[in-house]
Amino acid sequence: MRKDYNLEPRRYIIGGIVVAIVIIYIIRLFCLQVTDSRYKEYADSNAFLRKAVYPSRGIIYDREGRLVVYNQPAYDVMLIPRDVKSFDTIDFCNTINITPEQLRKRFADMKDKRLNPGYSSYSPQSLITHLSAEEYGRLQEKLYRFPGFYIQKRILREYNYDCAANVLGNIREVSPKDIERDDYYSRGDYTGDMGVERSYEEFLRGIKGAEVLIRDAYGKIQGRYDDGAHDRPAISGKNLKLSIDIELQQYAESLMVNKKGAVVAIEPKTGEILCLVSAPSFKPSLLVGRQRGANYIALTKDLDRPLFDRAIQAAYPPGSTFKPANGLILLHEGIISPSTAYPCSRGFISGRLRLGCHAHGSPLPLKPALQTSCNAYFCWGFKAMIDRKSRYGSHAEAFETWKNHLVSMGYGYRLGVDLPGESRAYIPNSKVYDKVYGEGHWSANTIISVSIGQGEILATPLQIANLSATIANRGWFITPHVVKEIQDTVIDPQYTERRYPTVDARFYPDVAEGMRMAVTGGTCRLANLPGIEVAGKTGTAQNPHGRDHSAFMGFAPYDDPKIAVAVYVENAGFGAAFGVPIGSLVIEKYLNGHIADDRKYLEERMLQSNTIQFSGTKKH
Amino acid sequence: MFNSPLGNSAPGESRSVFRDIDWFTVILYLVLVIAGAFSIYAASYKFDDASIWDFSQFSGKQLRWIGLSLVLGLFLILIDVRFYENYAYVIYGAVILLLIVTIGIAPDIKGSRSWLVLGPMSLQPAEFGKFATALALAKLFSSYNFNLNASRNNYFKALTIILLPFVLIILQKETGSALVYLSLFFVLYREGMSGLVLLAGACAVTFFVVALKYSGTETLGITTGRVIVYSMIMAILVLMLALYARCPREARNLFLAYAGTGVVVMTLALLGVPVPGNVYFLCAIGGGVLYCIFVMLHGYSMRILVSALAAVLSLGFLLSIDYVFNKSLKSYQKERIMVTLGIMDDPKGMGYNVNQSKIAIGSGGLTGKGFLNGTQTKLKYVPEQHTDFIFCTIGEEEGFVGSTVVLALFLILILRIISIAERQPGIFGRVYAYCVASYFIMHLAINIGMVIGLCPVIGIPLPFFSYGGSSLWGFTFLLFILLRIDAARRERPSY
Repeated sequence: MRKDYNLEPRRYIIGGIVVAIVIIYIIRLFCLQVTDSRYKEYADSNAFLRKAVYPSRGIIYDREGRLVVYNQPAYDVMLIPRDVKSFDTIDFCNTINITPEQLRKRFADMKDKRLNPGYSSYSPQSLITHLSAEEYGRLQEKLYRFPGFYIQKRILREYNYDCAANVLGNIREVSPKDIERDDYYSRGDYTGDMGVERSYEEFLRGIKGAEVLIRDAYGKIQGRYDDGAHDRPAISGKNLKLSIDIELQQYAESLMVNKKGAVVAIEPKTGEILCLVSAPSFKPSLLVGRQRGANYIALTKDLDRPLFDRAIQAAYPPGSTFKPANGLILLHEGIISPSTAYPCSRGFISGRLRLGCHAHGSPLPLKPALQTSCNAYFCWGFKAMIDRKSRYGSHAEAFETWKNHLVSMGYGYRLGVDLPGESRAYIPNSKVYDKVYGEGHWSANTIISVSIGQGEILATPLQIANLSATIANRGWFITPHVVKEIQDTVIDPQYTERRYPTVDARFYPDVAEGMRMAVTGGTCRLANLPGIEVAGKTGTAQNPHGRDHSAFMGFAPYDDPKIAVAVYVENAGFGAAFGVPIGSLVIEKYLNGHIADDRKYLEERMLQSNTIQFSGTKKH
Repeated sequence: MFNSPLGNSAPGESRSVFRDIDWFTVILYLVLVIAGAFSIYAASYKFDDASIWDFSQFSGKQLRWIGLSLVLGLFLILIDVRFYENYAYVIYGAVILLLIVTIGIAPDIKGSRSWLVLGPMSLQPAEFGKFATALALAKLFSSYNFNLNASRNNYFKALTIILLPFVLIILQKETGSALVYLSLFFVLYREGMSGLVLLAGACAVTFFVVALKYSGTETLGITTGRVIVYSMIMAILVLMLALYARCPREARNLFLAYAGTGVVVMTLALLGVPVPGNVYFLCAIGGGVLYCIFVMLHGYSMRILVSALAAVLSLGFLLSIDYVFNKSLKSYQKERIMVTLGIMDDPKGMGYNVNQSKIAIGSGGLTGKGFLNGTQTKLKYVPEQHTDFIFCTIGEEEGFVGSTVVLALFLILILRIISIAERQPGIFGRVYAYCVASYFIMHLAINIGMVIGLCPVIGIPLPFFSYGGSSLWGFTFLLFILLRIDAARRERPSY
């Protein structure tokens, strides 16, 4: 045997080299597999395609259960930038009817981090939204030619009654701000805009689901991961039942055609808004689909401002519809009693101050004053209160008391309707006058016009309707709201709780009676419906924009009120000219379901007349 | 030559070959082969329910190859052991001929001319060159009174046996397979070649990698890679003086000189004084070499001169790396090397394979995603996943634990082969066994190194795991011939 014992130890060198290599490799594996977690993420982004599953949006019904808003399918072109290979741009554009320039712009917008903060070349991005069914069909056939693209089914809104745009609102794509504010959203999602679509967005939208798909190295979908075990189903949005009577709404809107203004009707016992009309309005179907953008811009540029919801956002001088509120305060403060009479010499004359009135008997107590809408009565009463230093200490204190009563009736602050953008309108406080006239340098006469709802006083039509509902209830109201029921959910308790203004309930019947008299033998005689006892109050509000605004507020039936309305028509003249007819037609339509034959002429006249032509013109 | 199965070849002895077979290795072989079949099944599994036995699938085909391998293995064991020794050169010659023929007639498959297509089968003769070369080398070393260091001629003979198939396989454009033959330098080392050759090889590779990997940053006015390599050369000089030339006193002097000047230079550099790095390092190394010569002139051994020479050669090597890299390598090879060293980052192009294989393995975590649950391999993110990149499947589905077990099995196998080698009574058996061990070391190091991103992407299979009959048969030949030789270790008297 020829063994070289000098060389035998070399087996350990060779063995040692092998052991060293294996140890180095094990350390490397440990680093790759155990200490470095990045590779797991890389692997997931390789293999898993997370696709959102969109829930169907809640459906909207009216108070009678009539279907108002429902869903229709729409198709969005989505893409995963990393997977997009070069493709036939012209073919693509022709298929879905866009120009190459538009496509280029869409790509640029998509990659713009400012417009699209969530951009990542690994995640699905929305390229073109709202394909028509026909475009969808064409693209679907050719989709294999466009690797990286896929079609996402979405929903759009469809309107059964093409009205109530201000109440219903619409849906739009989320903006970068929305995404920043609420991480539920990602680019290309829809969110409610205006109306209940906005204010009840969280109920209507439901909860997005997710599908985890497996994608191979060539971008082909190989199926669901783990047989769908990691998928989350979408949860449908909740349906809404509006308090709106959609047919009444439609009717009131037709009466307001070619006019500017608002009609608000409330069910006094519940605070439920029966109709909320803002004129001029627009068809909600204009803001659906790919034409939304262009139409929306056109609406914002319209000088008549159809997007402006006059029913809850416009602050108008309430004019004489304000007198019942003033009367209530004077009664509560003990300034007047129902039998207190003030003289009217075709106006209120105090020193050199004169505020005109029209012909009626004099002197007269509260109810006839309401009946005839006597300016002088409410001026005297207001003056008596503000100037009663013995009781209030100062004009300012007296005015504060007066103002606080108004605030408790819902004036001067947002009522809290469940719609976005409500205005608080305006009731001044004493400091405002201190600032204008100097502290102690003003008195009732200085600000006398507020006593008849002019001057600084501003109110929304909703606030006026709410006053009407408060008088109808003889002393309380429930915050007006447009949503009656939410599927499987209790509505906000603020819409079921009664609110009591500071004026004692015992004073309301007198004011109500005055308003009843206005209908039976005063300024609101056109509202004297056969078989329905209506109470009402006209308003003719002077304003700096031209002809007087025509206003009306009222409720019916007198003893068991089911509807309280406020009508406000800009530049339409006397309250009796448009406010009363429209208000009474709405009441009649709601309570009787139809318009009596002998009142058809009135309906016809309202449908035909055009007052929008007077807006902004000088008094005639 | 073909004796009866029960091997009564030696008169007076009737030992069963099956009694002396190293069953431990056989079991290791079976474990690895079966694990390999499962890995191939997992790698080609496509979320439908194809059975592992489906012969139209890779796993089914591989099972057929495994069955045939077992038959082949039995056959190899039943052959008389003297056949391998007597016919070693004949087998070698035949395989060399086959390799030459292959270059001429093989069709071009993905740029490689290494596959012989025989009807439905294709064979890669390069895989069979391994055992033939091992047999020839063993035969050479076991020839009477052969001593590697006795004459240069002996080196020439050994290198011819190794480099002939190496060159032929390079001509087939299978650089990876050819590189495996260089592992036979381990055998030469075991049989007497100076360890300095291995060390030089290791240094060359290390210098090359370091110099290129850190060529992007600058220190002391030269690339960081150069600074590191210069420092390594200085360290080698000191260590060789101390350990190889056995002059600890001189080594200590040199070390102190280097450490002192090094500290001064680094301090100056940190203070912002511009130090010409090239000048310093060249002076330091040159000074070290002169010191060595000075010491040697005072009557010390030649080994000091060798140490100095090593430093000079290293320096020359370093200075020519840029030249070598830019002139002698093909651009795709350069790219592969650059990507592996992390100099070039190109996850879509050349780096895609390595990047995806790292993702697959890295996503496996500690215990893996479970058998057939890997996503990266199933979804074809890893290229060549059932052949060269099969280890990804193991890494992804069986995790760190499974990968480590596989590495450990290979380590045990290689150490076992080394131990078998050392228990051989004859040189033939020992050399052959070391050849087998060397092949396994090279395949393991390059294949797994490539998959985990430590080596350049060189396409060679992982033994027993990668799909393919030729590779499996090649390793079966290697291992079962070894087992046959080992089983005969008691059959005849040692000489």
